Amino acid sequence: MSRIKEFNLPDLGEGLTEGEILAWLVKVGDTIELNQPIVEVETAKAAVEIPAKWGGVVSRIYVEAGTTVEVGAPIVAIDTDPSAGPLPGDGPVPSAESLAAVEIAPAEGAVEPGLIGGPAPGGRTAVLVGYGPKSTTAKRRPRTSSASATAASAPTAPPGAAPVVPPVAPPPPAPVVPAPVVPAPAASPVPAARTSGPVLAKPPVRKLARDLGVDLATITGSGPLGSVTRDDVQQAAAAPASVAAPVVTTASFDTSREQRIPVKGVRKLTAENMVASAFTAPHVTEFLTVDVTRTMKTIEKLKERRDFRDVRISPLLLVAKAVLLAVERHPMVNSSWSAATNEIVVKDYVNLGIAAATERGLIVPNVKDAGRLSLRELAEALNTLVQVAKSGKTPPSDMAGGTLSITNVGVFGVDTGTPILPPGESAILAFGAIRPMPWVHKYKIKIRQVTTLGLSFDHRIIDGELGSKFLRDIGDFLTDPEGTLLAWA
Amino acid sequence: MANGESTAGADAPAGGFVQLLTPDGERVDSATADGVTYSVDFTDDEYRELYRDLVTVRRLDAEATALQRQGELGIWASLLGQEAAQVGSGRAMRPQDMAFPTYREHGVLYTRGIDPIMPFGLFRGVDQGGWDANEHRFNGYTIVIGSQTLHATGYAMGVTMDGKTGTPDGEAVIAYFGDGATSQGEVNEAFVWAGVFHAPMVFFCQNNQYAISEPLERQTRIPLYRRAAGYGFPGVRIDGNDVLASFAVTRAALDNARNGQGPTLIEAYTYRMGAHTSSDDPTRYRIASEVESWKAKDPISRLRAFLTKQQLGDDSFFDEVDESAKTLALSLRERVLSMPDPQPISMFDNVYPHGSAELDLQRSQFADYHASFEGSDH
Repeated sequence: MSRIKEFNLPDLGEGLTEGEILAWLVKVGDTIELNQPIVEVETAKAAVEIPAKWGGVVSRIYVEAGTTVEVGAPIVAIDTDPSAGPLPGDGPVPSAESLAAVEIAPAEGAVEPGLIGGPAPGGRTAVLVGYGPKSTTAKRRPRTSSASATAASAPTAPPGAAPVVPPVAPPPPAPVVPAPVVPAPAASPVPAARTSGPVLAKPPVRKLARDLGVDLATITGSGPLGSVTRDDVQQAAAAPASVAAPVVTTASFDTSREQRIPVKGVRKLTAENMVASAFTAPHVTEFLTVDVTRTMKTIEKLKERRDFRDVRISPLLLVAKAVLLAVERHPMVNSSWSAATNEIVVKDYVNLGIAAATERGLIVPNVKDAGRLSLRELAEALNTLVQVAKSGKTPPSDMAGGTLSITNVGVFGVDTGTPILPPGESAILAFGAIRPMPWVHKYKIKIRQVTTLGLSFDHRIIDGELGSKFLRDIGDFLTDPEGTLLAWA
Repeated sequence: MANGESTAGADAPAGGFVQLLTPDGERVDSATADGVTYSVDFTDDEYRELYRDLVTVRRLDAEATALQRQGELGIWASLLGQEAAQVGSGRAMRPQDMAFPTYREHGVLYTRGIDPIMPFGLFRGVDQGGWDANEHRFNGYTIVIGSQTLHATGYAMGVTMDGKTGTPDGEAVIAYFGDGATSQGEVNEAFVWAGVFHAPMVFFCQNNQYAISEPLERQTRIPLYRRAAGYGFPGVRIDGNDVLASFAVTRAALDNARNGQGPTLIEAYTYRMGAHTSSDDPTRYRIASEVESWKAKDPISRLRAFLTKQQLGDDSFFDEVDESAKTLALSLRERVLSMPDPQPISMFDNVYPHGSAELDLQRSQFADYHASFEGSDH
């Protein structure tokens, strides 16, 4: 053990209980120096690199990237004296026990795991701030047999604590293996599942059960004191009607060929937003196919201008401009439905959202008060927005407060889509691929640059007439940007 | 110049700042703020020692950050990027001066000649960070934001009452705090009291642009140094990444204080290159390009460029400085790792200066209780 040293995941940020291994920067067999970054770990507070605590050779990596590890669990073993030749055994010996030891979590207490004061993974007690109490359950030394008298007379000993029958034998000497003392729920004072009486469940769980049409009384609770938990309700809702359940053993699919991806982070947020939006705002989608040849020519002209020389100009810029100008003509589309106050909130500013596909998933950062920006400023803002999104560093403030959005599905080569509104917005424009197509131009069939726009809007606020006029205006601008600009000025 | 305006280099914020060494390592002879001219007159060795200080405090800080990531410190507040503000102002103090730090002033601590191990007991959780403030002329690290400015002001008023000001050998007091602290009531109260009572104070604000995640524009509508005018004492902004400006302006402000000229606010305009503390992730609230732009203003590289151009230092000198900083850092690591856990009985120490009969009784009972366990070494 002295030569092979195991590094346990430390508490990286004042009271954390776990961390996710993002990436290993070294592999088994690598020679490393003291303080060389070896692994990236993300906790609830920060993503950080951990520097090696010892120099040497990486002899074992216990945890794959993508795994969440409890604080205190060994994650890597380092041979600190590789020059001393091969090891007697094959790999570090103590790892198995230490792994087993940390995986033992204490039994459920009265407080739910994760709550303050409740048990947390790794046998720790969850705390709000601070370094957290250590799990020292196995550390107390036994009393000396001769000391019982001293202890009994000592004022610090609780009165009456001395057992009536003196201990039959002195407690065994310090256990060789610090058997993890699992504070067994001393013969569970309450039956795990209640058989009669009122059903125990927290209010949010009761609501969930009502929403899912599950009768709480039919569920055997797995929570503390036999209470019904969120998981219990979800399992009950997912289970097929218990009686019928015909034995459908046409097991033609092998579950080993299914991949199960935990839903978290951006994916989870996206899912929640989409469900919230799709089932509260009645969506209508309209389509318009337009000839954007002149828009493409305008882009070429802009690129030649000296004052636009150093900004990136894309069709998205002119689509954004079209949307902003059309909003000025139809302010009602830039609004949101406030169910809480029974009002429609019409906004005098446009925080223009741009849906961006990033490695972490879909995000919709927005350009604040985009209607006030000059075309050049808008171009810069869009470029910055997209670059920051791609780097994965979009701050939450950039994603908040959007009023109207554009999703550029054209970059994926598709014609258009029926986008779902970001929550709180009342219109979103899908902008499809621009392709050369046969098109009737001045009563002749010509090859023109053509695209299809798809506009989804919240039908509670926007009627078909308003939505159509708005979409038509966007189309008119893209058909003839310069002429339209003059006509609307 | 009126309204605290300063001469300044091209990289200065609006309103300017005092700068004696540009980011490219060009020496500026003197700089003026509010009609006062600042300059430094260092020997070659003194320039080299300033460089050594900067490199050493950065290296020790890096070691502490690594120790936290390795589970050996509970938390660490890194000074990365703020070395010049701390070393310059720390070296400007005279032995009799008193400093009131926050929890980030490791560089000031080092320049006071204090063993850098001193604050590690606090961050490792083996003591409460108590040390003899009078012996070191360096008060305890204060965690509560801004409260040390009041302690410092009260202390400075006491200095005046003791008759220790009004001469060139008088005593002065310096209080450190950050941009976020300027929004605290305590700091504003300290300004009022120090101003009204003419306390021998220097308020040294390291404006590192962020109060944890809140940017400067959430703290103030005007440059922070201009707030001093409202309290009736001068405010000066310096390039906080320029160790020479930090030294020159702090030295002048401390001398004014010790001579009975009252307080000064110094705003050291700098940038926190790292996280607020090891529990923070700055990539969640600031963009990489901003950090990159500050890298070009690094306090160490500009002094190194100056030393190179002036032929005051060559590669062998720079290597030697790096190597001795590393040696110091590794010995610090060993000493941190070997810090003993406190004995339970030690909780009775340092409660009363001259003991207490009641507490002595509790101590002996507690000792007996612990002695009743097997393997006890009491």
